[in-house]
Amino acid sequence: MMPFRRQRPARRSPPRAATRPAAGRLRLPGPKVYLLRHAEVLVSSLGRLWRNPVASLMTVAVIGIALALPTGLHLVLENARLLSGGWDGSTQVSLFLRREVPAAESQRLAAALQARPEIAATTLIPRAEALAEFRALSGFGGALDALDDNPLPDVIVVRPAPSHAAPGAVEGLVAELAVEPGVEHARLDMQWVKRLHALMEIVRRGVEVIAALLALAVLLVVGNTIRLDIQNRRREIEVAKLIGATDAFIRRPFLYSGAWYGLLGGLAAWLLVSLALWATGGPVQQLALLYQSPFRLVAADTGTVLTLLAGGALLGLLGSWLAVGRHLRAIEPS
Amino acid sequence: MIRFDRVHKRYPGGHEALKDVSFQVTAGEMVFLTGHSGAGKSTLLKLIALIERASHGQALVDGENLTQMRRGRIPYLRRRLGIIFQDHHLLYDRTVFDNVALPLVISGVPHHEITRRVRAALDKVDLLGKERLYPITLSGGEQQRVGIARAVVHKPVLLIADEPTGNLDPDLAREIMQLFLLFNQVGVTVLIASHALDLVRALGRRVLHLDHGRLSEPDAGAP
Repeated sequence: MMPFRRQRPARRSPPRAATRPAAGRLRLPGPKVYLLRHAEVLVSSLGRLWRNPVASLMTVAVIGIALALPTGLHLVLENARLLSGGWDGSTQVSLFLRREVPAAESQRLAAALQARPEIAATTLIPRAEALAEFRALSGFGGALDALDDNPLPDVIVVRPAPSHAAPGAVEGLVAELAVEPGVEHARLDMQWVKRLHALMEIVRRGVEVIAALLALAVLLVVGNTIRLDIQNRRREIEVAKLIGATDAFIRRPFLYSGAWYGLLGGLAAWLLVSLALWATGGPVQQLALLYQSPFRLVAADTGTVLTLLAGGALLGLLGSWLAVGRHLRAIEPS
Repeated sequence: MIRFDRVHKRYPGGHEALKDVSFQVTAGEMVFLTGHSGAGKSTLLKLIALIERASHGQALVDGENLTQMRRGRIPYLRRRLGIIFQDHHLLYDRTVFDNVALPLVISGVPHHEITRRVRAALDKVDLLGKERLYPITLSGGEQQRVGIARAVVHKPVLLIADEPTGNLDPDLAREIMQLFLLFNQVGVTVLIASHALDLVRALGRRVLHLDHGRLSEPDAGAP
């Protein structure tokens, strides 16, 4: 897919050169010269961008914004994953005991369950305590007073051992616990974590769709910029073709320009995302503090940044490749 | 060096620019191509540089068959030619030096050698002091000399020029012709299209005459 054709083999056996004097007169660049030429074009195409600061900056800014959006959303998702990651381990099973089970029996059951290998810990919440907590938190104190009796059962909160925390294993455990004598109902408190994950998966898909659309936008922006560039340099291209420039030679600076646009756009996107993170970091930390959570926003990691820059450069290269392929051939000296 | 064999060129739209043209230019020759404007001089030169392709017939340049040449090979043919145009075809956003260096850059000549050879070429056309200037600041004759320097800097085997003196006064025109004679003396084959008949006669070289696309050699003069 790379357009740079190797020029021609550098070595040529003397007998052939003698039989074909015409071909022998060609100047044949070796690999070193070839690399040097690329390096020159790499620098000179950046210089060309530099000499047109306003136009270049606008193109770079457009690419930057287009790339910043999916990158920012990716970071939001990443942070959400980190935040919810802390909750994954907190899968727990609540065993609601029959109300007629006496407190001593509840304690015995809790201790017995704790001894089982598939269970890490159990906590008994006696009905009286549960009532007090409910009274304090729910605001239904008055209504509770109207009842003769405590309507709440004893509850044993079971935390499965890590080896049994996988969804399938936990569900087996729940089924087992549900038929323990004295247990009225066993409930797995994992549903909402699953739902959150499902929700995040939908958002992730959405981000991917947006990223694909914006990548297409970057392609078109770079393609259009390069197309204009080609038109502006039409004369130069004609003259170069007249004095023996190959298509590859003429194509090269445009391709490098495109790659530069993409790379600089990626940098701009990184800058924008970092700015956004910095702006939201304070409020997020404040919110976390209110929840007594040590959570802090994480910035883009090296992998993400490198992907962003490489992706930008690649999109730029591809965009200019499309434009160059379409428009360069049409320019011929006359 | 150049051999045309029954070459026809018909442009889209039906205009027949060249009809049944056959001639030969041997290596080291200096030949003029004359004729009224529209006689097909430019077309003939364009066929040599493969800017246009012949409709019929065979054309050979420097041992290569132009009729069968693939598109990708054309640049390598043009690198062996030096082409000079009436309107110079210079790049006005680059200095004289950069304009002349262009063929060398395209062929991948190393930097230090580019400097040396560009200065040598500019020296030949007597423009050594103006290498840092932009072409727009030069006179017409000087611009034409920049074009000539660019056409010879890569040591072409064949120099073709389309009305190189078209816009110049007689003195300047003579000067330019002297330059071509100089290049011819060091072994470069030269083909010049010109309608400055007096000038051409004065030089006493072989003349090919085009009339409405047909070729004749009025006075097959001294070689």
